[in-house]
Amino acid sequence: MTNPTNILYAKSHEWVQDMGDGSFRIGLTDYAQKELGDLVFVNLPQEGDEVEVGSAFGDVESVKAVSDVYSPVSGVVCAINEELLDHPENINQDAYAAWMIQVNEVSDKEELLSAEEYEKFLSEEE
Amino acid sequence: MQLLFERSHPGRGCTILPACDDINLDASLCRAQAPHLPQLSENEISRHYTELAKQTHGVNDGFYPLGSCTMKYNPKINEEIASLPGFTEIHPLQPEHTAQGCLEVLSLADKLFSEITGMDAMTFQPAAGAHGELTGLMLIKAYHQANGDHDRTKILVPDSAHGTNPASASMAGFQVVSIPSLPNGCVDTKALRQAADEHTAGLMLTNPNTVGLFDQNISEITSIVHQAGGLCYYDGANLNAIMGIVRPGDMGFDVVHLNLHKTFSTPHGGGGPGSGAVGCKEFLKPFLPSPTVCKDENGYHFCRNNPQSIGSVKEFYGNFLVVVRALTYVLTLGKEGIPEASSNAVLNCNYMMNHLKDLYDMAFDTGCMHEFVMTLEKLKKEKDVSAMDVAKALLDNGIHPPTMYFPLIVHEALMVEPTETEPREVLDHAIEVFRSIYQTAIEQPESLHEMPLHTPVRRLDEVGAARNPKLRFSFE
Repeated sequence: MTNPTNILYAKSHEWVQDMGDGSFRIGLTDYAQKELGDLVFVNLPQEGDEVEVGSAFGDVESVKAVSDVYSPVSGVVCAINEELLDHPENINQDAYAAWMIQVNEVSDKEELLSAEEYEKFLSEEE
Repeated sequence: MQLLFERSHPGRGCTILPACDDINLDASLCRAQAPHLPQLSENEISRHYTELAKQTHGVNDGFYPLGSCTMKYNPKINEEIASLPGFTEIHPLQPEHTAQGCLEVLSLADKLFSEITGMDAMTFQPAAGAHGELTGLMLIKAYHQANGDHDRTKILVPDSAHGTNPASASMAGFQVVSIPSLPNGCVDTKALRQAADEHTAGLMLTNPNTVGLFDQNISEITSIVHQAGGLCYYDGANLNAIMGIVRPGDMGFDVVHLNLHKTFSTPHGGGGPGSGAVGCKEFLKPFLPSPTVCKDENGYHFCRNNPQSIGSVKEFYGNFLVVVRALTYVLTLGKEGIPEASSNAVLNCNYMMNHLKDLYDMAFDTGCMHEFVMTLEKLKKEKDVSAMDVAKALLDNGIHPPTMYFPLIVHEALMVEPTETEPREVLDHAIEVFRSIYQTAIEQPESLHEMPLHTPVRRLDEVGAARNPKLRFSFE
């Protein structure tokens, strides 16, 4: 799957989509879901929880391991994708449609990569 | 094979108890319908479990190099001693003077395991390793609180740690701070120095670490934590590499847990019972779980007057018969045998690693301790053969797979722990099997995706089982 060019990427393999109303959606990249393998459980924060740049806001569990998911922004969770709680496989099927949380009141953001930069980063990683 | 419920026939059974006398119970206390219990004769039950046993693989069946689990052979003398009537026909509440031998077991085990770990006191209450971790962390917490040091809320854990370490720290109410590993698999002391501060309650570490390497900076690591005012916790999971040779207490650790069911040869796997004995230095002794065993001129007693104790972490005295087995093991091996067992564990491991490293990539190409980690990343990329495929192929050869996909810092990891109780022929056979699987991976990689071919069940749907678990029998 190609990485969409209208969203930004974190080196810890999350994507960030600017919703245009001051809020941002965060999910896992396609590379991350492939590395993790079939997901069997997703743990998300609650609406109203604060998230912080570089801190884990949730975790995902595959048959292999449990991994933290880090927030590329600081702010307040205004929505979570509840569907994932029952259907973690959505992330495997379409990582860029399966957003995890939506954050507003954003006060800080880490330096994010464009799709092109992220792909370059991935090829350097390997 | 059929489940017990599927084998059941109404009316069949092996009840030897007489019918119940009439008891007038209030209707509200009675069940609306009889419980669904399988109804089988003793013979059928016996066959059912024998059939189950035939489908499993234990140390009694063959090689079991499951990394980090120390699946060594458990000497039968342990069972013989643990089945003595003096140990089995007792009650936890019987008068102390009638159970002096049992109290002596706890007291002697305390002394010997304290000696092996370099600690000053031991509790045998915790039921298994993770329970021991929790208990040890509760000691650390109680110590800081007794000092009025309420801001020490963080536990430092290396990113190569066993998953139970951060989990236990969370259970004990601490925040977990992950410490990165260096490319050589050891603790990054610079990062540790930065992370250790006035909020540090302690550090959890296993040495040799989870990649099977002895961290040579261990004295520096423990002193960094001590200088910051924290305590050092030793995860005893990997003690089999060093018992009788080097002691956690001498490395600077303040608390340890031992997996008696791993290192000290008592049965494990399949739910226990285990024993996660916890040892500590003198200054933590007042916080140990209660009761403790003490001795005066009248013999052994349970000492319950421990005002600073964290309380009981398990009913009574822990899994007592596991302690009897572990003590038997230690007394059988003696002062000479204990370090010899560790040396042989390390020798067996290096033997296997050195006969495989020309084919398989080792995660860390250096001498190992009791276990080694291979990375199949290249095989995965070039031939689409994963660590899982190799593990499944081993099953067809009567070998239990190594630990897979752990530690997390190694991609496509296979972690092999041969233990000291395997003779050279078994290691040679396993080496041959590993090498022939590698040849197959190069020549016919697709065939490995089909394996195992000869086991009672083939590839299980692990994802389906995790996403849609069926946890009980449906009678409809």
